[in-house]
Parts: sequence; C-alpha cells; structure tokens
Amino acid sequence: MTRFSAWNVFWQGISGQEGWTRQWRDPEPKPHYDVVVVGGGLHGLATAYYLAKNHGVRNVAVLEKGWIGGGNAGRNTTIVRSNYTQPGNREFYEDSLKLWEELSHDLNYNVMFSQRSHITLLHSPGAVDAASRNYNTMRLTGNSDAEIWSLGQLKEAVPHLNYGADARFPIMGAAVHKRAGTARHDAVVWGYARAADQLGVDIIQNCEVTGILREGGKVTGLETSRGKISAGKLGLAVAGNTSRLWNMAGMSHLPIESHKLQAFVSEPLKPLLDQVVVFGMGGAHFYISQSDKGGMVFGGDLDWYKSYAQKGNLPIVQDVAEAAMSVLPCLGRVRLLRHWSGVVDMSMDGTHFISKTPLDNLYLNAGWNYGGFKATPAAGTYFADLIANDRPHQVIANHDLRRFERGIQLDERGAGPDPKLHG
Amino acid sequence: MIRIPCPFCGTRDHSEFAHGGDGSVTYPNLDAPMQDWHDAVFQRENICGVQVETWQHVNGCRMWILVERDTMTHEIHSVRPAHAGMAKALGAAS
Ligand SMILES: Cc1cc2nc3c(=O)[nH]c(=O)nc-3n(C[C@H](O)[C@H](O)[C@H](O)COP(=O)(O)OP(=O)(O)OC[C@H]3O[C@@H](n4cnc5c(N)ncnc54)[C@H](O)[C@@H]3O)c2cc1C
Ligand SMILES: [Zn+2]
Repeated sequence: MTRFSAWNVFWQGISGQEGWTRQWRDPEPKPHYDVVVVGGGLHGLATAYYLAKNHGVRNVAVLEKGWIGGGNAGRNTTIVRSNYTQPGNREFYEDSLKLWEELSHDLNYNVMFSQRSHITLLHSPGAVDAASRNYNTMRLTGNSDAEIWSLGQLKEAVPHLNYGADARFPIMGAAVHKRAGTARHDAVVWGYARAADQLGVDIIQNCEVTGILREGGKVTGLETSRGKISAGKLGLAVAGNTSRLWNMAGMSHLPIESHKLQAFVSEPLKPLLDQVVVFGMGGAHFYISQSDKGGMVFGGDLDWYKSYAQKGNLPIVQDVAEAAMSVLPCLGRVRLLRHWSGVVDMSMDGTHFISKTPLDNLYLNAGWNYGGFKATPAAGTYFADLIANDRPHQVIANHDLRRFERGIQLDERGAGPDPKLHG
Repeated sequence: MIRIPCPFCGTRDHSEFAHGGDGSVTYPNLDAPMQDWHDAVFQRENICGVQVETWQHVNGCRMWILVERDTMTHEIHSVRPAHAGMAKALGAAS
C-alpha cells in the first residue's frame, strides 16, 4: 500500500495517478481469530486498529454485514466536541478530542478534521445561566475551551443568523467551544480501515453474523453468512442492532432502545457558515454546519418513536425545516439534496457502554445515542484496552452496563431514564 | 406518516400522538426488591418486530392507548385503550 505524502501526491500527479495501490485487502475469513469485532462502523474499525497498534493483538477480524461505513458511520452529521460535564464523560470526550487533533497524522489519512467552533445559541436568561453553569464546570475540571459570548461577539462572528426583532426566539448570546468542529465521516472509516489492515487486521465485508456460539458462560465463535468463525474473544460494536446481537448470544434486555435519527444535506453553496451552530429551545432542536463540498448538513430530533427502519418520517422533516428557517432565514430558497436516517442505540441515561458482559469473553460497545462519531478515537482506544486486558480502564470505570445497579446515571441532560429524550 | 386508529377518535396521523414507551413494562410494588425496580426502570427488550407500546393521543382525546406495532415495518397490528375500565365507561370499542 502506498503511503500518502506530499511527495507521493506530487509524483502521482505528474505520472498519471497510476501508482496507487488498493487501500485495504479483501480477505477470505480465516477459521479462527484471537479477537473478532462485529460491526464495520467507526467503532469496530477503530477498536481493531487500536488492538493491533496499542496491544499488539493482530489476529483480528472485523465482520461487517454490508459495506464498511454503511451504517451510522456514514450517516451522521459529523460534529466533534467535548463540552461534557459529567465525571467520566468529561475525561473520555477530552481524550477523544485530543486524539482527533492528531488523527490524520496517526492514520496517515486526511480525515479533514476542522476545528471550526461549536456555537450553542442561547435564547433566554435561564438558558444563559444553565450554559454558564455547564461551561464553568468544564473550566473548573480541566477543559478551558469554554466561553460565553455576548450578542455583540456573536453578531461579529456569525452575522447572518436571525437577529431580527420579530424572531420567534430572539438570540441573547451563545456558548462557544472553539476546538470543536467537524470531520469527513467516510474518510475516518477508510482511514481506520486502511491503517488496521496495514497492521494485519482482516476486514471482512458482506459477512453477516447470524448466530453466536456458546459453551456455558463463554463465546466460542460465530455463525456468519460466510461460514463459521471461531473467536478467542468477541467484541460487539453494532450500534442500533445491539439488542439483536445480544439475543443471538442467548441473553435478553439491555438499557438500550433503538430509535432513528434523520439528517439532511442541501445543494452545495458557496462558503456560508464557518462554524457548527446549534439551536435548542423548548422542544425544538437543530444543528447545522457546511461541508467542504458546500452542502449545508443539518439535523434535529429523532423521530420520537422506537424503530429499526433506516427510514425517516415526515413530521421531523417539517420540524427541522421550521427550525432552519427560524435560525438561518437565508436558507429559505435553498434546495434539499438528500435526507436519510440511521438507527441509533439510545441508552437510558444518554451515556454509552464500554463494558464487560455476563459472558467471560464477550465485550460490548453500545449506547452511543446521537454522539458516537465524536467518540470514535476514544471508544476504539478504551474498548481495545478492555478487550486486551479484560478490565476497564479507570476513565471508563462507570461506563459499564451495571452502573444503574450502583445508583449511577451519567445523564448530561437530566432527562431521566427515557431513551428518546437523550438527544 | 404512521396512521393510528385511536379507539376513541378514529384513525389519525401519528403526529397527533406522543410515543410513551415499552408497553410490556409493569412496575413492581413499592416494597419490591431493588433489582425488580432496576429491571423495570432501566432494562428493555428492544424488540425488532412486533412490540406493545404506549402512546398518548395528546392532540386529540388525550387518552393513553396500547399499540401493537412492528418496529421494523411500522405496521400497526392492534390498538386498545390502556385503561379498559375507562374505555367501557366511555362506551368505546376495545
Ligand atoms: C443522522 C445521524 C446523525 C448523527 N450525528 C452525529 C454527530 O453529529 N456527532 C456525533 O458524534 N455522532 C453523531 N451520530 C451518532 C454516530 O453516527 C454513531 O453513534 C456512531 O456512528 C455509531 O458507531 P459506529 O460508527 O460503529 O456504528 P455503525 O456505523 O452503525 O456500525 C455498526 C455496523 O454494524 C453492522 N452490523 C449490524 N448487525 C450486524 C450483523 N449481524 N453482522 C455484521 N455486521 C452487523 C452494521 O451494518 C453497521 O455497519 C449521528 C447518528 C445519526 C444516525
Ligand atoms: Zn383519541
């Protein structure tokens, strides 16, 4: 595989671009792997990469039922941030953001990470107080990247928001997190796949897991659409399909519900918005950024009812369009290019699980809600560490499946144990 | 749009309703062991297929109903009032 470098790009440019080789192999599954990871999304691929890179575990396969990045990995709105306030989440997402900052170099792949700021609009004195409390908590606990902006500062940075006197929700200020931003989701998938493959990981696409084989309290292997595969250890990273795989392992019930979340992209426009802008006000929810291709990428709430269908419903299209118009009225005549939906694994407190399970050699990565994209590098790092060492790292000590039994909820929103409310 | 046949009002768009949650969950007695409460509050079967769920007709009669719905196809198999006695009192079909 050809390494990417300025020299190589230059050389290929003048020699007809014919010297590039394929980015990762397309191997036949082997009969046995030391670790099998199910799910070729961001978390499965990142986990395999860090198993090989950080722990020297290289006899690893990632099994993906479709194509890698075809799930939520390729469907999200690519927002990366670390403005969390709950202990455990703060450290986890700060670690993740630091890994993002070096990711393109680490993977030798341009993931187009753009730290363009994350601006949360505030529309009432109560919202300003709540945001000040959260952002002060961040500052007091080691994340100095937290600012509260006045209306004047905001107008200077983003002049074309709806500041009109007739705005339904007049803007009072903003909470700003400057190192946050976006990345190219497909590039992250491909970058991890390529880097993992280079370390010996087999990435096996079109390989659906249909059964999990057990002997007593241990997993022995998997039944797949490409035959039986035996596994020393098994990691699940299947996002919205977690409960289905859990059932295959002979268990039932998890603190997770599958819901669907939609996203939207407009026709490409000239540079219009240089930040991620977020609007949340009494039941309305909206976030928007502009991709490098110029498309306005945006989304809102989930569809409000449980679903495994990767198919969004119309009421949310209307809600999101209304929110778009109330925040950025200049979008009024922009045409929508596409919209789609992904099945998200909503958890009972809005925080994820990187956890051991009742089975000795089965490990679970799930419960990512709307926020698993930004988590990718840390999720891969800590899940690989858990699988390799069979004990949770201190940072994820409370990210296990049994935290509720200990009376711990990592509920950033304070929404209570109702998965659909943890957007 | 999903169309939900409300036993009290007739068939309406799902945007008139609020989805409650898993309708198979029953809360234990107040003095039940902590584990029973933990399971009722936090553990879900999360069925891919037909499940019973609660919905409330918030922009209609405001009644709670139990809906059997396929979580993959969104097809509705049955709808009944959540409080059978109430339905009888109001003379609705159940
Ligand atoms: C519309 C939308 C917007 C979002 N926006 C953001 C955002 O702005 N910021 C953010 O941080 N997060 C966001 N998220 C969340 C984020 O995308 C997810 O949390 C994250 O991608 C989940 O991890 P993953 O990439 O590993 O999942 P996935 O990409 O879904 O990977 C799981 C894989 O498992 C495979 N699989 C399932 N069952 C089987 C089986 N039986 N056998 C083999 N393979 C199987 C699937 O095919 C899939 O490829 C968003 C999600 C959606 C849907
Ligand atoms: Zn009704």
